[in-house]
Amino acid sequence: MPEQRLQDIASAVLRRGRDARRSPARGQLTAHSELTLPNAASAFHLSHVDDSLAHPPHNDQPLPPRTHHNHLPPSVPAAAMESLGVLLLHPMNAYLEQELDRRFRLIRLWDSPPDARADFLRSNAAAIRAVVGNAGYNADSALIDALPALEIVASFSVGIDRVDLAKCRERGIRVTNTPDVLTDDVADLAVGLAIAALRKIPQADRYVRAGLWKAKGDYTLTTRFSGKRVGIIGLGRIGLAIATRVEAFDCPVNYYQRTKKEYPNYTYYPSVVELAANSDVLVVACPLNEQTRHIVNREVIDALGPKGVLINIGRGPHVDEPELVSALVEGRLGGAGLDVFEDEPNVPEALFTLDNVVLVPHVGSGTHETRQAMADLVLGNLEAHVLKKPLLTPVV
Amino acid sequence: METTASSTADESPLVLLVQPLFPEFAAALAGRYRFVLAADADPAAAAEARVLLVPGLAPVTAQHLARLPALELVVGTSAGVDHVDLDTCRNRGLSVTNAGPAFAVDSADYAVGLVVAVLRRVAAADAYVRRGRWAADGDYPLATKVSGKRVGIVGLGNIGSRVARRLAAFGCAVSYHSRSPKPSSPYTFVPALLDLAAGSDVLVLSCALTDETKHMVNREVMEALGKDGVLVNVGRGGLVDEPELVRCLRDGVLGGAGLDVYANEPAVPPELFGMDNVVLSDHRAVVTPESMRGVLEVITANLDAFFSGRPLVSPVQL
Repeated sequence: MPEQRLQDIASAVLRRGRDARRSPARGQLTAHSELTLPNAASAFHLSHVDDSLAHPPHNDQPLPPRTHHNHLPPSVPAAAMESLGVLLLHPMNAYLEQELDRRFRLIRLWDSPPDARADFLRSNAAAIRAVVGNAGYNADSALIDALPALEIVASFSVGIDRVDLAKCRERGIRVTNTPDVLTDDVADLAVGLAIAALRKIPQADRYVRAGLWKAKGDYTLTTRFSGKRVGIIGLGRIGLAIATRVEAFDCPVNYYQRTKKEYPNYTYYPSVVELAANSDVLVVACPLNEQTRHIVNREVIDALGPKGVLINIGRGPHVDEPELVSALVEGRLGGAGLDVFEDEPNVPEALFTLDNVVLVPHVGSGTHETRQAMADLVLGNLEAHVLKKPLLTPVV
Repeated sequence: METTASSTADESPLVLLVQPLFPEFAAALAGRYRFVLAADADPAAAAEARVLLVPGLAPVTAQHLARLPALELVVGTSAGVDHVDLDTCRNRGLSVTNAGPAFAVDSADYAVGLVVAVLRRVAAADAYVRRGRWAADGDYPLATKVSGKRVGIVGLGNIGSRVARRLAAFGCAVSYHSRSPKPSSPYTFVPALLDLAAGSDVLVLSCALTDETKHMVNREVMEALGKDGVLVNVGRGGLVDEPELVRCLRDGVLGGAGLDVYANEPAVPPELFGMDNVVLSDHRAVVTPESMRGVLEVITANLDAFFSGRPLVSPVQL
């Protein structure tokens, strides 16, 4: 191996050892006392990630067993991967973080206290060529401006409304997301929320746990789900997956989207208000952009009406939230199943006393299986970028 | 012929009631039949009554039946008729009808709702949000995917077949166990319940409670379903060995459960109240106006058929 290359690997290994010593609370990195050639990327083994001191804990449970240790084909120099500085914006997934650390050069945004962030970014700017964000934290205009070496934004989400796409296009920065792998989970949840809202499943659970079920003849009347008219805003991957599921409940499917397509079994409506007026359950399943912000407004809510149910598995800003809350509290809207909110993790407390709403904390893709698949997609996109191969799931 | 108020005969057929009708039913059926509470029936009515209508799940025992020598038909208003002494009915040659078809849709919907709620932790996550924990403690832990799970349905009747169709649309692989295979069904028949449990991630109970099916879900079945397995029961509490269920959940032998029915309603084992992998419900799977209307239709259809000598609409095989 050429002398210069050996030097490069040695520098990389030493730098990581220094970083590890600087932030011990982040986890224990066990440095090999000797260089392990030729693959310096596996020189350090992340034995445990413990971020509980710094910020809220990882939401995912023990890491899945490592089924393979090295994705890299033998011909690829590890140094190319190793030299990709990746800025991770949030501790979104332990497996993803572990693999980013193992394969690339990982920089964790939350290593710097919020008030020292600008300096942190400045001192790492030359190294950061990739950003990994998610639904809540992504490459907005300010961040992109702070990272002159940025080449790619790989989002751990399918929705990329928080990425400044125009700026990325302008600067030639690639953007990838995680479509398809989460379609089933989100569709499953959308239908599960609709049944839970109409049949008041969480309310039943609360009722029983509170010891309120006193007599066998006690009954709470709820309305049937099957056969309800389901209106879907946005018949994309997720919208279609929802349609397929509700068809098995004999629900007539209506939809609205910018362009009408020919679906023999689904009825198109040219506006969201008309869709709402002709549906019992209205589901938001479109991307969030300038045109779809507050697509569910007062007029739509009124059209959906006192027996109608809104299901939002899109983004909080799809819905005018104060209008939604007052409609629910006043009984002008029949119910709701909400996975997303305008200001997560804050949820309007007026909803907490309502039995006709189901509230879940942005868990649309929140399963072990799907988060692993999403992480693999992020990693695959980054590797493709380094190898100058076609990106797996590019948006820009 | 002279008529006085007292001799204005009610020509409607006499139907005895085990307990009062739901107000909605009473209103809908008023004028078509002459309803008398069995306990209040005078000797003439008791001797004459050919039909006994059973609102709700009021027990119908051999003693009840013995008081009604002219009885020919017991009309149930529920899907399950395990609260009726079917042996006595069989011995006396009585007919029994249930309202099974009316409830099938809502039962199936609810079963699917429970499957999703348990696997995706919908009820627990909802409680998490309402307690303000999302802001305070961060994201909710990851759950498990519904699509692609192997679902085993016990009892592929009106309810089970609808559960199958719905979960198949979620991308679940559906198999079933029942007394005999259904040749017209596209799903895989598994002759032994234990094998079905071993090969399933989710077991849904939608069969009748009989002497054969009592406690069919025992420790062995729950162990076979396993630490990641989920049991959903919209049938009858008696299908499951309930104390064993509680132990299996407590010890992690079974992964989770969605329960609408219990061994001794409305008593629910309190050990379940602290578990996030369990969704509890107050036997409301069929309590919808749509089901009520369906039940009314079925009852009326059976009563009309009986009193006009036509075949019953939903007889139970005794």
